[in-house]
Amino acid sequence: AAGVGQQWVLVEMVQAFYEAPAYHLILEGILILWIIRLLFSKTYKLQERSDLTLKEKEELIEEWQPEPLVPPVPKDHPALNYNIVSGPPTHKITVNGKECINFASFNFLGLLNNEKVKSAAQASLKKYGVGTCGPRGFYGTFDVHLELEERLAKFMRTEEAIIYSYGFATIASAIPAYSKRGDIVFVDEAACFAIQKGLQASRSNIKLFKHNDMADLERLLKEQETEDQKNPRKARVTRRFIVVEGLYMNTGDICPLPELIKLKYKYKVRIFLEESLSFGVLGEHGRGITEHFGINIDDIDLISANMENSLASIGGFCCGRSFIIDHQRLSGQGYCFSASLPPLLAAAAIEALNIMEDNPDIFQTLRAKCERIHKALQGISGLKVVGESFSPALHLQLEESCGSRENDVKLLKRVVDYCMNSGIALTQARYLEKEEKCLPPPSIRVVITVEQTEQELDKAASLLKEAAQSVLN
Amino acid sequence: INHIVHNGGLYKRPFNEAFEETPMLVAVLTYVGYGVLTLFGYLRDFMRQWKIEKCQNATEREEQKDFVPLYQDFENFYNRNLYMRIRDSWNRPICSVPGAKVDMMERVSHDYNWTFTYTGRVIKDIINMGSYNYLGFAQKTGACQEAAAKVLSQYGAGVCSTRQEMGNLDKHEELEKLVARFLGVESAMAYGMGFATNSMNIPALVGKGCLILSDELNHASLVLGARLSGATIRIFKHNNMQSLEKLLKDAIVHGQPRTRRPWKKILILVEGIYSMEGSIVRLPEVIALKKKYKSYLYLDEAHSIGALGPSGRGVVEYFGLSPEDVDVMMGTFTKSFGAAGGYIGGKKELIDYLRTYSHSAAYATSMSPPVVEQIITSVKCIMGEDGTTVGEARVQQLAENTRYFRRRLKEMGFIIYGNEDSPVVPLMLYMPAKIGAFGREMLKRNIGVVVVGFPATPIIESRARFCLSAAHTKEMLDTALKEINEVGDLLQLKYSRRRLVPLLDRPFDETTYEETED
Repeated sequence: AAGVGQQWVLVEMVQAFYEAPAYHLILEGILILWIIRLLFSKTYKLQERSDLTLKEKEELIEEWQPEPLVPPVPKDHPALNYNIVSGPPTHKITVNGKECINFASFNFLGLLNNEKVKSAAQASLKKYGVGTCGPRGFYGTFDVHLELEERLAKFMRTEEAIIYSYGFATIASAIPAYSKRGDIVFVDEAACFAIQKGLQASRSNIKLFKHNDMADLERLLKEQETEDQKNPRKARVTRRFIVVEGLYMNTGDICPLPELIKLKYKYKVRIFLEESLSFGVLGEHGRGITEHFGINIDDIDLISANMENSLASIGGFCCGRSFIIDHQRLSGQGYCFSASLPPLLAAAAIEALNIMEDNPDIFQTLRAKCERIHKALQGISGLKVVGESFSPALHLQLEESCGSRENDVKLLKRVVDYCMNSGIALTQARYLEKEEKCLPPPSIRVVITVEQTEQELDKAASLLKEAAQSVLN
Repeated sequence: INHIVHNGGLYKRPFNEAFEETPMLVAVLTYVGYGVLTLFGYLRDFMRQWKIEKCQNATEREEQKDFVPLYQDFENFYNRNLYMRIRDSWNRPICSVPGAKVDMMERVSHDYNWTFTYTGRVIKDIINMGSYNYLGFAQKTGACQEAAAKVLSQYGAGVCSTRQEMGNLDKHEELEKLVARFLGVESAMAYGMGFATNSMNIPALVGKGCLILSDELNHASLVLGARLSGATIRIFKHNNMQSLEKLLKDAIVHGQPRTRRPWKKILILVEGIYSMEGSIVRLPEVIALKKKYKSYLYLDEAHSIGALGPSGRGVVEYFGLSPEDVDVMMGTFTKSFGAAGGYIGGKKELIDYLRTYSHSAAYATSMSPPVVEQIITSVKCIMGEDGTTVGEARVQQLAENTRYFRRRLKEMGFIIYGNEDSPVVPLMLYMPAKIGAFGREMLKRNIGVVVVGFPATPIIESRARFCLSAAHTKEMLDTALKEINEVGDLLQLKYSRRRLVPLLDRPFDETTYEETED
């Protein structure tokens, strides 16, 4: 019965073969031939590999000449010859053998030479040695780190804080931890280099808006909104951030934070605030620009600052709500993959914080000194002052450029040398010209600290007037 | 031993490196373990979503609930459900100098590791097998500490300026000359953070149009530096010279992708000792390849400086090669010198270029003076210039400790990865539950170890990593070995079947290499 059944199926098959339309048979025939061809042809190789013979390859390898590893640097390049400071870079500083008053180190609260800070660091050195010998995850977390994080969170009145061992790495690790490929970041043109590197590492879409121009920012936000309406699914998962600085390093002015908060809630963008220069400077108690404007600190998603300016230590910190900060403990590259801050520097920072809390009047003193010198520096022929009147880090730029940046730099160097020879230590603001997105014009950096007396401030102002007169005219 | 003959006498000493294959049963059980954990993870997430279980995570503000969510739920799946269970093995707070014995603050969790509370007790004298203290310079007494204390009282703790502005102290110049002399190079430059040394200087050396050939298992700082530079990155298999040679040949012959222009330069990124595998780079072969194909070599000696070589000068001295063959010698001061920071050494043109164009010199604060003094004193000690033989004795002690410890562990039957001479000793655990168990059991017996799992290692190859130190005495090592033996029996960790796969026989797949363009 099985044999008959099989034969019957065979007959049916043959019948179907005769009854099928011609095109059907032709198509199937072609397909079968194609399959047979594919089965027997060689695997597809990239064309590049089969074109050259072994001898030709060896010749190419012989002929190839690479560029030298580094191009030669001319001996008189302005950034090559560093100033050598002998001894501590405090208020009275010995630069290149000359004793000067220091107007170049960011020692705003004068804590670099403070005896209490030094003795706290000494005690820590006696207890822990110098290095931590490990990252935070592997026996590199000391009780001083935990204490410093708690103190910073309490001082800034946020839930949590996280410490980094290098100021530059703080914001450069914080931004890529939250903003990934496909997210959008609106950043001010005058943002400092560390922010630019953080943005580059994050691979997000960067949109620059003109410095402190809220109308320009709103325009960009509106454009983004129209984009979103075209593709709402994508918009639901694209995170948006605004990155601004409290007190800009490159221009010396502050960001309009209240307007930014309004824009934040209107367009649903998160704000990251970089407060390296404004921490310990602005605000009644030195809490930074949020205290200066009286804004609720929870409105800012992340505040990042380095401890190398007002706190006169090394490292940086980020503070904010636990929801945000805790994420960096596993995804902040500079936190997870790097050794922790040496305990003596953490102890120095804690003591500096104590001093800041105990003497809240130094901030007012600092601001008064800034106002004084800002006024005194007005009206120097050839140089203009760039920066707010209460900013302790000012820039002096040439009113008219002489044509090329190189010549401007040379001219400013002569002004700086004149001042150094007469006992005021100044420096030019240094940038990597080819790497900056928006290169600021060359300038002289003037830094005001609480330790400078009024006579010294007046002397500096008059010396700069003299220098400008003799060099620029 | 066969490597000496094989490579035409490139190696002056035996190169014994081995990575025992994962036993099949163990691999299967490990996957099953992760599968169970994932299932339970989904179950718990489901319960948390439906409010059956309380959600312990921190949450977004009420006012910002309609913003785009900051984290994707899936991203944190591993964090919530696997990492959180064994979180107490990491971030252990200590309160003494991280030497051979360390004091730890006791912490307990009443809610399965979501929050910790400190009981206030201090667990004293835990044998520290986790800190990178290779030569034992993490001390709170001694010449280094006294010198650092003096400099601290004279200079203060911070610097408040960058190298190119007003932050270049005479101490920094002294340090750089000393480091250059120590390494045997023309010139050197020091930076405040080892991670930043890589991520800020590689972009200064190479840019668009250049090619970077990077080892599979390079550290995150090298990967970040390579990505930030904008150059094309190609990855070769870990320590595999045929893979590297193939990439070099293909790169020079075919040029840049699509445009076929020749590459401007080729930079090979390797590390001295790889900290997760315990393997040492095959430096003689890499240098031979580099010379043949006219490329440049960037050697990251974070773990090997001070730890290898008869006088502690690193992997170059270990192989008996000349430091002039390595174009860029980079290293860190955190591990063997008990301080913090990194350095780059090389020819004078290279260092002059970095002084001008390195991101760190222009924008980052320079090193703190007491830290600089610690490095100066420890380098002088290692070189013998402080008038004692302490440095030399420590280097010898470390080498002896390494050999002894590895031999004993192998005899006990554990699977140990890496080179026989590397002071980093990874001991394979494989299964996720054993990661947490090993850490906790060793802590009960007063030994502090480091355990690592995914994502720092491949998912089934979790390990415990011991870092030996010259400060470990033989008694400490014997105690540790006894306890490891006990725990190994308890947790059934002795997987080794003595079937070592000689390195050159590892199969190399010809048709694959990865190309990542930014």
